[in-house]
Amino acid sequence: MGKQKTVQGNVSPAMDIAVQQKLAQQKKFSSVWKKHKYKYLMIAPFAFIFLVFTFLPVVISIILSFTSFDMVEAPELTGFANYVKLIVYDPIFLTAVKNTLVFAIITGPISYIMCFLFAWVVNDLPRIPRAIMTLVFYAPSISGNAYLVWKLLFSSDTYGWANAWMVKLGLTNEAILWLQTEGYIMPILIVVQLWLSLGISFLTFIAGLQNMDKSLYEAAAVEGIKNRWQELWYITLPSMKPQLMFGAVMQITSSLSVSQLSIDLVGFPSVNYAGHTILTHLHDFGNIRYELGYACTIAVILFFIMMICNVLVQKLLRKLG
Amino acid sequence: MKLFRLIKKKMVSRKFKRRNRSLGGDIALTVILGLFGIFSLFPLLYTVTSAFKPFSEIFIFPPRLTVDNPTTDNFVDLATIIESFAIPFSRYAFNTLFITGIGTFGTVLLGSMAAFPIAKYKFPGSAFMSNLIVYALMFSASVTAIPNYLIMDSLHLIDSYWAVILPAVGGTLGLYLMKNFMVQVPDEMIEAAKIDGATEFQTYWKVVMPLCKPAWITLIIFSFQQMWGTTGGIFIYSEELKPLSYVLSQLVSGGIARTGVASAVSLVMLVVPVGVFVVSQSNVIETMSTSGIKG
Repeated sequence: MGKQKTVQGNVSPAMDIAVQQKLAQQKKFSSVWKKHKYKYLMIAPFAFIFLVFTFLPVVISIILSFTSFDMVEAPELTGFANYVKLIVYDPIFLTAVKNTLVFAIITGPISYIMCFLFAWVVNDLPRIPRAIMTLVFYAPSISGNAYLVWKLLFSSDTYGWANAWMVKLGLTNEAILWLQTEGYIMPILIVVQLWLSLGISFLTFIAGLQNMDKSLYEAAAVEGIKNRWQELWYITLPSMKPQLMFGAVMQITSSLSVSQLSIDLVGFPSVNYAGHTILTHLHDFGNIRYELGYACTIAVILFFIMMICNVLVQKLLRKLG
Repeated sequence: MKLFRLIKKKMVSRKFKRRNRSLGGDIALTVILGLFGIFSLFPLLYTVTSAFKPFSEIFIFPPRLTVDNPTTDNFVDLATIIESFAIPFSRYAFNTLFITGIGTFGTVLLGSMAAFPIAKYKFPGSAFMSNLIVYALMFSASVTAIPNYLIMDSLHLIDSYWAVILPAVGGTLGLYLMKNFMVQVPDEMIEAAKIDGATEFQTYWKVVMPLCKPAWITLIIFSFQQMWGTTGGIFIYSEELKPLSYVLSQLVSGGIARTGVASAVSLVMLVVPVGVFVVSQSNVIETMSTSGIKG
């Protein structure tokens, strides 16, 4: 700009340009508004509620992660102290990260595939069996704490079903402390999570399959698709991409944010932290020790882990079809 | 009109029978479904049978899935306890129905209305919003509860139904779900609607929503279930504004003597979401077959 001025040797044209740019910008704004008015108006009610009750709390939490805040005194800015403490001086957090990743790497993909396979098979059934089977598979997710039945199954006294059967079959003559033995905790959590997996993703896949253009299958049959596996690979999966993306995000968030399941089944804190996850660690600092700044730091780290997983999974899914 | 023909064509096309099926594959898949089905149904069955167990059968070793002498004692006990409440049961039921009803309605309506422009149009900010709604799903809700409380407090919404409803409606899960179905609506239909003179809102309401029915039925089921289970937590403290699930969960914590009542409570709390699930799911199937006949 400065160079232009000297070349022209005159100030007013430059000012004119600035004024013109401003006018053009205003014009641009009003033309954008004119063209897309209804779109913005349709988004506005949701956007308002979202900004106040979802976005703002997240922003506040991120700011709090750089402070020391015990909910009694005002937050005190501490820079990256929480992050350093968390990553360098908190060995239990590293255990939590390790447990969470093991848990997520096993349950995430398996439940994702289960959701899709079951939805795909159920969708092929005639009307009434389909409705019944959808309910049956969704049943574990329908009441918030149905998984507590597993506590009866793995109860550590001989009242527990697992122990009762094992005694009966002569496999053992004393009760096994299923939920208090380090080696059993993670496998049990994984099994229960897999049993719980047919939730929202499963329903979404069924809805997606119902929404599919069935004439595609007709066309495919004419074109020489021979069996259901070819049909699945060449037609169903590519046309389900948006639902598959949705399901993937759901799996990432749910498998990485396991906590209530662990707390309810193996207790808190679990034996030797074998069932300790990132979110139970957060629960420890947020709800028990009231160190909210530190809890927010844990949330931010988890947020980044999920973002990275999301980028990786989306890349993988784009290759499909 | 061209547009109606297009919609009808799409509705009818859902009805075609599928080919490429082998008997062997059918049998194998049925067996797998059956086995997993038994595992899935297990807690539901247990909840139902326990609710009808007499006191003598509740503590049998090892616990049984069946009940020998079914009784309604647990429900009678539950009714007696409910009658002794200072606040009538109907008040709690109303609280839950209000929170669940408005919350579900708001989530589905506002979410889908915002989802449509983001899914089907390019305009300044659309790509940014697209990303924002995904990443908003990833921040832990247990941390945001405290900032949320402070915001609610400054807006004087604490201890009202809205303190529970608004954060639920402001979540992006519903919007993300709807958006991912709406992108599949063929562009030609939206173009056709535009040629017929429809505004974006009319296109959304009359063309896109009917086509995305399976999506918003799913969202209704999910959202209902989430709201139904809400206890109000720190956001609602007045006894007369508390939802049903809070009151009933208080009942359950009454110790061993209440075990029978607790299982009756579990059954009562389960019946409504299951009912909503069955009605909504069968509704999807119903409309699809009738639209086929009309076409």
